[in-house]
Amino acid sequence: MDVFSSLMDGFATALTPMNFLYAVIGVVLGTAVGVLPGLGPAMTVALLLPVTYVLEPTSAFIMFAGIYYGGMYGGSTTSILLNTPGESSSVVTAIEGNKMAKAGRAAQALATAAIGSFVAGTIGTALLAVCAPIVVKFAVSLGSPSYFAIMVLALLAVTAVLGSSRLRGFASLGLGLAIGLVGMDSVTGQARLTFGQPLLSDGLDIVVVAVAIFAVGEALWVAAHLRRTPLHIIPVGQPWMGKEDWKRSWKPWLRGTVLGFPFGALPAGGAEIPTFLSYVTEKRLTKHPEEFGKGAIEGVAGPEAANNAAAAGTLTPMLALGLPTNATAAVMLAAFTSYGIQPGPQLFESEGPLVWALIASLFIGNFLLLVINLPLAPLWAKLLQLPRPYLYAGILFFATLGAYSVNLQAFDLVILLVLGALGFMMRRFGLPVLPLILGVILGPRVEGQLRKTLQLSAGDPAGLWSEPIAVGIYVIVAIILAWPLLLKAWRRSRPQAEPAFAGMPATSEADPDRTDAGGANPHPFDDRDLDTTRNTAAGRQERP
Amino acid sequence: MSIIVGYLPSPEGTAALEAAITQARKDAKLLVVINSSRGDALVDKRYAENEEIAGIEERLKKEGIEHLVQQPVRGNDAASEVLQAAEQHRADLIVIGLRRRTPVGKLIMGSTAQQILLEAGCPVLAVKAAHQS
Repeated sequence: MDVFSSLMDGFATALTPMNFLYAVIGVVLGTAVGVLPGLGPAMTVALLLPVTYVLEPTSAFIMFAGIYYGGMYGGSTTSILLNTPGESSSVVTAIEGNKMAKAGRAAQALATAAIGSFVAGTIGTALLAVCAPIVVKFAVSLGSPSYFAIMVLALLAVTAVLGSSRLRGFASLGLGLAIGLVGMDSVTGQARLTFGQPLLSDGLDIVVVAVAIFAVGEALWVAAHLRRTPLHIIPVGQPWMGKEDWKRSWKPWLRGTVLGFPFGALPAGGAEIPTFLSYVTEKRLTKHPEEFGKGAIEGVAGPEAANNAAAAGTLTPMLALGLPTNATAAVMLAAFTSYGIQPGPQLFESEGPLVWALIASLFIGNFLLLVINLPLAPLWAKLLQLPRPYLYAGILFFATLGAYSVNLQAFDLVILLVLGALGFMMRRFGLPVLPLILGVILGPRVEGQLRKTLQLSAGDPAGLWSEPIAVGIYVIVAIILAWPLLLKAWRRSRPQAEPAFAGMPATSEADPDRTDAGGANPHPFDDRDLDTTRNTAAGRQERP
Repeated sequence: MSIIVGYLPSPEGTAALEAAITQARKDAKLLVVINSSRGDALVDKRYAENEEIAGIEERLKKEGIEHLVQQPVRGNDAASEVLQAAEQHRADLIVIGLRRRTPVGKLIMGSTAQQILLEAGCPVLAVKAAHQS
């Protein structure tokens, strides 16, 4: 009953006219950036971080949550109508969704995506409301060593499991940790990486870093690839579903939810893996296997449900442990810090009303999204006719304004440009952005836990594995790191086992990373991945 | 010597194309069809689909008109693409379609037709969309 009454209090806060207005702004903005390939909720929240200086925390987070959920909805529209995923998490939706649209069933595809997202989002949010307090109860008993271990696991998992190249992942993580180190040492007061520049001694402001990497980097990248043959959007009327479509959709929705939520909640979750898994599952379980590849509604319903459930799942570790597992959650965590709110297990205790209002606003946002997406999908598609120079000029303007408004010093603009150039180079050379932003945001907190642990054990490194949970997590870390080697050894010992891979060195190279997270048969899933990322403009994008 | 037509997948564009075909048939000249996009938006309705272009080419072939269909995406606006083509092919006629624009719309967006009319070095034939009966 405790959860229920807290949630009702949350609804009371979230439904005040002002907060409701911010929820509406959030979902509209979120859908818009979701529809536009290249713009994601992470960039949008980063650009809006400066508003946290004037907004009440509750209102700000209600808006951010709306943007986050809205991004998940909007991505599917572009996937289905244009075959260009608006978000990395709707890459799979494009496979069947676009085929359906080409076969004249765009309305049904959009409807099953929107309703499936609503169902999965609502169930996922309910699971979040139930699970998060349980995780908190468990987490408050953890000491610094365990907490440090969990954070290390999260950083490594995101770096090593997601993305195609471990080396690039670690390079990106290293860059992020280095940026996080700049400034005064919290314990000894020594200046680190400041190069004698007094303006750097406070460290780099996270707003400036996030805006530079997400907004400036992306704008430069798009500017470098501005001209391209225009695509044609498939015209569509009002989304609707027939009886047969409902019958074929509801099971994939529920299965997608079941797959999506836990993967979102895991430190290396993200929304991509469960969408792929859901697609593969539906393909195997369907009663209409002949339709797969030609526009099967199950192939849209499952993955779309999975990515929204994963979005809800991601918020569980973010709120309960202060552990972000994707870029948007990371930037939201930065917003907590900029309000002086300490993220972590104590968040539910110290900021209870805020957290419950946030969760309640997720339910509201989900409902609003269904309302604005179902009738307005064709209108959203019109956004794609916007000339991109105007769009990105606007983004650069707000990025600059935001970065300057943080400290009102011109030096921040220099940092913005330098890091923006870094963001551009990372996109150019295929470095994932997520490990960097997690490194910047989690790095100082990881260091804090490490220093605390070592202070408690009087400098003895044995203090790091003094708790059983910490030991268990280090074992998992070791397995993740050693996994490619183990797999290689296993393959060598059974050379006849997988003859299909002999001729495909590139595929088998990327395989170990996926198998670990996927758990299921990785091969069809991996092929699918390579298939779709080839024609994906936004595939290389930040994880929303 | 040739005839240049600025083509858009719209009633005005179709009317311009029809007028240009009539002229080309009469004078037996090279007909250059220009359908361009700046290519800066992800979706551009004014950029004709492949099937449509194929349909036009087939029709021109059937009519026995010497023709060239171009779809330049170079970041230039439609007016400068048409003018460039006119210069390149030493056009003696440019055919464009006109549509009704509000004064405010013209102030904000400018007018492709106006730019072509003012800057073209040859006669310009401007046609309106066929009236719906």
